[in-house]
Amino acid sequence: MTVIQRRTDNPVEHLTDADIQAIGRELDALRAEVFASLGEEDAAYIRRVIKAQRLLEMGSRGVLLFSVFPPAWIVGTVGLSVAKILENMEIGHNILHGQWDWMRDPDIHSTTWEWDNAAPADMWKHSHNEVHHRYTNVVGRDNDLGYGIMRVDEDQRWTKLTLGQPLYNVVNMILFEYAIAAYDLELGAYYKGKKPVDEDFTRDGRRVLGKIGRQVRKDFLLNPALAALVNPFSAVPAFAATLAANVVANLARNVWTHSVIMCGHFPEGVATFSKTSIEGETKGEWYVRQMVGSANISGSSALHMMTGNLSFQIEHHLYPDMPSKRYKDISPRIKDLFERYDLPYVTGPLPKQVFSAWHKVVRLALPNNAFGRFNRAPAWVKPSSAQAAALTMTVGETPAPEGDDSLAA
Amino acid sequence: MTTIEAGVPGRGTRLRGGVERALAAVTTPLLPSDYLDVIDPLRSGAGLRGRIESITPETADAVTVVIRPGRGWRGHVPGQYVRIGIDVDGVRLWRAYSLTSGPRADGRISITVKAIPDGVVSTHIVRRARPGTIIQLDQATGDFHLPAVAPRRVLFITAGSGITPVMGMLRHRLAELADVVAVHCAPSPADVIFSAQLADMAGSGRIRLIMRHTSTDGILDPAELDHLVPDWTARQAWGCGPTGLLDALEERWTANGVADQLHTERFRAHVLVTGEGGEVSFGRTGTVVAADGSTPLLDAGEAAGVLMPSGCRMGICMGCILPLESGAVRDLRSGAVTTAVPGDGVKVQTCVSAAAGPCELDI
Repeated sequence: MTVIQRRTDNPVEHLTDADIQAIGRELDALRAEVFASLGEEDAAYIRRVIKAQRLLEMGSRGVLLFSVFPPAWIVGTVGLSVAKILENMEIGHNILHGQWDWMRDPDIHSTTWEWDNAAPADMWKHSHNEVHHRYTNVVGRDNDLGYGIMRVDEDQRWTKLTLGQPLYNVVNMILFEYAIAAYDLELGAYYKGKKPVDEDFTRDGRRVLGKIGRQVRKDFLLNPALAALVNPFSAVPAFAATLAANVVANLARNVWTHSVIMCGHFPEGVATFSKTSIEGETKGEWYVRQMVGSANISGSSALHMMTGNLSFQIEHHLYPDMPSKRYKDISPRIKDLFERYDLPYVTGPLPKQVFSAWHKVVRLALPNNAFGRFNRAPAWVKPSSAQAAALTMTVGETPAPEGDDSLAA
Repeated sequence: MTTIEAGVPGRGTRLRGGVERALAAVTTPLLPSDYLDVIDPLRSGAGLRGRIESITPETADAVTVVIRPGRGWRGHVPGQYVRIGIDVDGVRLWRAYSLTSGPRADGRISITVKAIPDGVVSTHIVRRARPGTIIQLDQATGDFHLPAVAPRRVLFITAGSGITPVMGMLRHRLAELADVVAVHCAPSPADVIFSAQLADMAGSGRIRLIMRHTSTDGILDPAELDHLVPDWTARQAWGCGPTGLLDALEERWTANGVADQLHTERFRAHVLVTGEGGEVSFGRTGTVVAADGSTPLLDAGEAAGVLMPSGCRMGICMGCILPLESGAVRDLRSGAVTTAVPGDGVKVQTCVSAAAGPCELDI
């Protein structure tokens, strides 16, 4: 097999080629089964969610016209935050994955949808659907591993700037939608001079700025201005209160989505891969990489809804274009597959997974094993790369490059 | 999502355009209509839709569907057809049906649909559709209709559901028609759509009805017209039915030098050739290549030098989607065949789809 797992307990080491082929066949069959059963109920579901989200957003914005009254401010802000989260997660993210393309409804289609986020949909589809989902957790290929600003894997290079990464991540969290837009634009690569500033960059940059401008105008200017119009005798406080509500709703959405997304691949126990390990990768191997490269979040139906079912990150990574509603249904069968092949199904409640991801961000801000026990990975996770490479290197492979064209400022 | 159509510049439209832009700035990235659709999908200015108000059986396998069209409906000329988009098992499918309604003060329209074997949409409408369903509509179109000044002598020749556009004409304009002969073919009396109303028109002498039950009397041979309707060459004729019948009628009218008096409407049962591979046309580029059944359309296009949009090449990123204008393609993962007829523009992932017959992509 081609997967190099630089861990003392390489989670896929025991799989034979025949096992991996069998896993691939089983997952292909499950996919076919689910897609053949898609129908009216699924279509009704996404339309219901879209309708509910739009009513909630309109209602919340209506209430926020009177946000000078504190109860209205609270109700409206909570409503708008939830509406924005639903729009980005269960609706936007999933539609842009093409999960609902099978309905052939031009209004709910990956090629026509635009979302309430700073990142233009088509640019996000490229960096997310095409790069991240294809190269999931491949160090140096999957820019989602630390988003180009952080070191989230022992195999990524440490520099002095890495020390600041807990702070970078706080800023990243607060400004998440803008960070995503900059990330889709590959701003870092241009800044570092790895990509020449050309017409593409100018064109894409203008589009991002245009979208940010429209978003900012809507949330931070027009809606507050409408509130001022409705409250002519307290126009300034009304403007300020509605502006504050919009800022908080955007912030809540940013913090929430950032947290959920960190839980997808950063928690301890999730495997990463070297660039050479995916050369000539088969479909079965691709599936296995998704299986051990993703982590779920356990919780209630409400939690699943608010995460856009990214709480079923493993299922989502196996079938990115499967309607999100079905992840929960297939989850027991996926878990059973993990058990039969003795693979680690990484999952946990939201606080635990968020803590685990943050712990890793803080831990890897320091060089590997720099302070002994303090920043060592839990025993079952990962030894230093040199040690691991010596232990589990597949015969005939060269050591993985040290994430040279990825991260570390 | 809907797009704002550019209006002809004028003071009214400029003002309206300004208001629309201002509202769109508040609702970006959506448009105001996306929110209004949630409240009233049939309002004026919305994408054209309709609501099914009732479904009434005509025969054992045909129904009349009364539809309340949205405010954008511009009306129709009797005999024209309308394309409707209806969700069958969650998938939006489009089909064309003749309008069969007579004049109605309430603005409702109707279509009459006969369930055909393996007809996904017709079977759904006849067996499963329910009143209250919202459907998508196009404006009425087609030139199979009577002229503004009704001809003095008229002949209708129809078979099966071919009666539907003719019934639309009869219901609207029978009073203007002094001399009508209607020849209608159906397998048996029980299969005759609108049989009661046809009998009624015939009984009151407003039309001369010639019923042909093909399961007992055999199919109509146009040669029989000489004794069925001796003055047929002196009539303006409208024919609608299966291709075989229409071909035979055209041959007869041409042979008699009166081809310009025959008007036909073909309900094309789009017979799509599906198989392994086929000729792929890359729309506006003019490139046509033969591709086998295992080569992704993306690869076939690129090999021929077409600038194809592409992405992950494994079916997950949706970066390679193009509209299938017509023809058939097969999903290389599931084997499922997707077909399209002109106007459908079904979007397909070119990296995991191969030709399953001749097909055309819009690029």
